[in-house]
Amino acid sequence: MSHPLDLKQGRVEMAHGGGGRAMAQLIRELFLPFMESPALRAGNDGALLARPEGRLVVATDSHVITPLFFPGGDIGSLAVHGTLNDVAMMGARPIALSAGFILEEGLPLADLARIAQSMGEAARAAGVPIVTGDTKVVERGKGDGLYINTTGIGVVADGVELGGERARPGDHLLLSGTLGDHGIAILAQRENLAFASDIRSDSAALHGLVATMLDAAPGLRCLRDPTRGGLAAALNEIAGQSGVGALIREAAIRLRPPVRAVCELLGLDPLNIANEGKLLAISPPGESARLLAAMRAHPLGHDAALIGECIADPHHFVQMETRFGGRRTVDWLASEPLPRIC
Amino acid sequence: MKFVDEFRDGALARGLAATVAAEADPARDYTLMEFCGGHTHAITRYGLEDLLPRNIRFIHGPGCPVCVLPVGRIDNAIELARRPEVILCSYGDVLRVPASHRTSLQRARAEGADVRMIWSSLDALRIARENPSREVVFLAIGFETTTPPTAVALQQARAEGLANFTVFCNHVLTPAAIQNILESPQLRELGSVPLDGFIGPSHVSAIIGSRPYEYFAEEYQKPVVIAGFEPLDVLQAVLMLVRQINAGRFAVENQYTRAVTREGNLKAQRLVAEVFELRESFEWRGLGEVPYSALRLRPDYAAFDAERRFNIAYHAVPDARSCDCGAILRGLKHPVECKLFATACTPESPIGSCMVSSEGACSAYYSYGRHRAPESPA
Ligand code: SF4
Repeated sequence: MSHPLDLKQGRVEMAHGGGGRAMAQLIRELFLPFMESPALRAGNDGALLARPEGRLVVATDSHVITPLFFPGGDIGSLAVHGTLNDVAMMGARPIALSAGFILEEGLPLADLARIAQSMGEAARAAGVPIVTGDTKVVERGKGDGLYINTTGIGVVADGVELGGERARPGDHLLLSGTLGDHGIAILAQRENLAFASDIRSDSAALHGLVATMLDAAPGLRCLRDPTRGGLAAALNEIAGQSGVGALIREAAIRLRPPVRAVCELLGLDPLNIANEGKLLAISPPGESARLLAAMRAHPLGHDAALIGECIADPHHFVQMETRFGGRRTVDWLASEPLPRIC
Repeated sequence: MKFVDEFRDGALARGLAATVAAEADPARDYTLMEFCGGHTHAITRYGLEDLLPRNIRFIHGPGCPVCVLPVGRIDNAIELARRPEVILCSYGDVLRVPASHRTSLQRARAEGADVRMIWSSLDALRIARENPSREVVFLAIGFETTTPPTAVALQQARAEGLANFTVFCNHVLTPAAIQNILESPQLRELGSVPLDGFIGPSHVSAIIGSRPYEYFAEEYQKPVVIAGFEPLDVLQAVLMLVRQINAGRFAVENQYTRAVTREGNLKAQRLVAEVFELRESFEWRGLGEVPYSALRLRPDYAAFDAERRFNIAYHAVPDARSCDCGAILRGLKHPVECKLFATACTPESPIGSCMVSSEGACSAYYSYGRHRAPESPA
């Protein structure tokens, strides 16, 4: 029997990805205790799942983020939430997750354990088991500590038909809460913005909220989580897919005061900033009041608001009525959000 | 951090706009140039043109640091970045500015050059400390607001004896550019471009003060109102300009009293004077060679001057043909008048520098004002 892993001082070594005893030990001592599930415990090459009723949704997402730890979460919880949310945006109930790790040689095992623990906790809180996994190690300097890929499987109930191509002029646009928390929390941490240290990522699993919403508004047309590219990208995607325009109202969009302050000081547009625990819903006008009430009754939709409508527009522009009553285009962002220089 | 909302109040804005509408003479136009890209951004982002009467017209000046950097200087920077020993650091938007032969610093990076995006001049110092075997060059750009941080980095580098740190200095001066615009023949002799007043720089004026504008106001008989970057600041400045123009006055007024004084920030001015000196001439994109419009390192700091250490030779390069950035930066044209706007030239693949940074007029119109020009493709 070899010595147990040194979770305090130890570091990831090339052998931890080599398929030998070291790798087996890493999985046994570091991953399994946090991610317990019968399928994972079985130790086979794949997971055997019972066949569910209904149509299946599969979604995958790779997570590369610096810093690995940030206020409100870490790369582990984010990898769970991000993929669960992609599954949920299809109207599905997630049933299983896979996790693939690419570790950089030298990563402290303490950090890895913290991340594995937070992943396990996030999956358990969401009620979705991690059923299979993979670990590879790359040489020092060839990765940012670690990358995590997660794939999720979910089941869609009969009658649920969601898609970005289903929006129609007149449909209502609902947003489940404040914008920009995740992106600004990451930026504040990465750039050491001391005045913004109390901003937390909104990273959360949204499938519970989605289930509530589907009950309240069976005619729901489309759900989208405004992650990278923010609300602006989500709206432009849907406008293009459905061949409609959109008009939103700035006054209806909520920002936490510190998020607003950071955006202001750095000249960033909150509509372009990433979120990890919010969704945009498109609903036929007749169902939106009920939908909004159901969202507000859920803890993750507490600040939900009707923010605008789809409109007929051959150019598929997204426009916003500003707080001042003027109008502007809401565009995709050409590159990552950058602060102004002047 | 409540301050932001105070300056965002929609009702106040509508009140100000109504006052402007009531006081503006419907029989004439008011053509106002906002010098700073930050103002251009605020005007387009908040749809301020929709609030104001149609005879208030904005023309967009050259106050966008990335926009005015000439192709030749970016070419120099790319050449530097391609040297294997060099790590070239600069602010984010700079990396996307198109240079000669369809390159940019971002392309050079993809091809293997070590180019790093930084958020502050001190990041470049840190990178130099962490990489003692490499040459770290900070590509410094910007108006009077970004000059003091570069000066701080240089003083610190000298104090530490950081031998592998240099600055490729491209800092430019606002008053020289304003004077150049006012001197242009279209304005002075031909009168083909109307210009009734200036919305003066915001953050720049916090450093240099309001005094430098007094000469222009007097000599060229144009009112100047220094304004903050918040949309309400801009509206208030418009009202102050309309009042001056109606009364036939041409004074320097300060709307942005919460940050700007007549003398400016003397400490920052001294700091800059210790490290930098005037160049006889510097090329600006759009304006061409402008005398005494830029800074270089003083001889005391020669050891930290990338132009000396790497023997950088400057070659002026004409702007891309059919890109109207030059005319736009001088206020002679509007972005949508460029044939390439939103067709060949977009923020994803910019042809001119005005399409690169969010402070550039083309980018501001593309991102925020495109619904006004529905003939452009989605
Ligand atoms: S639209 Fe592009 S090509 Fe035309 S002036 Fe602007 S930057 Fe130059």
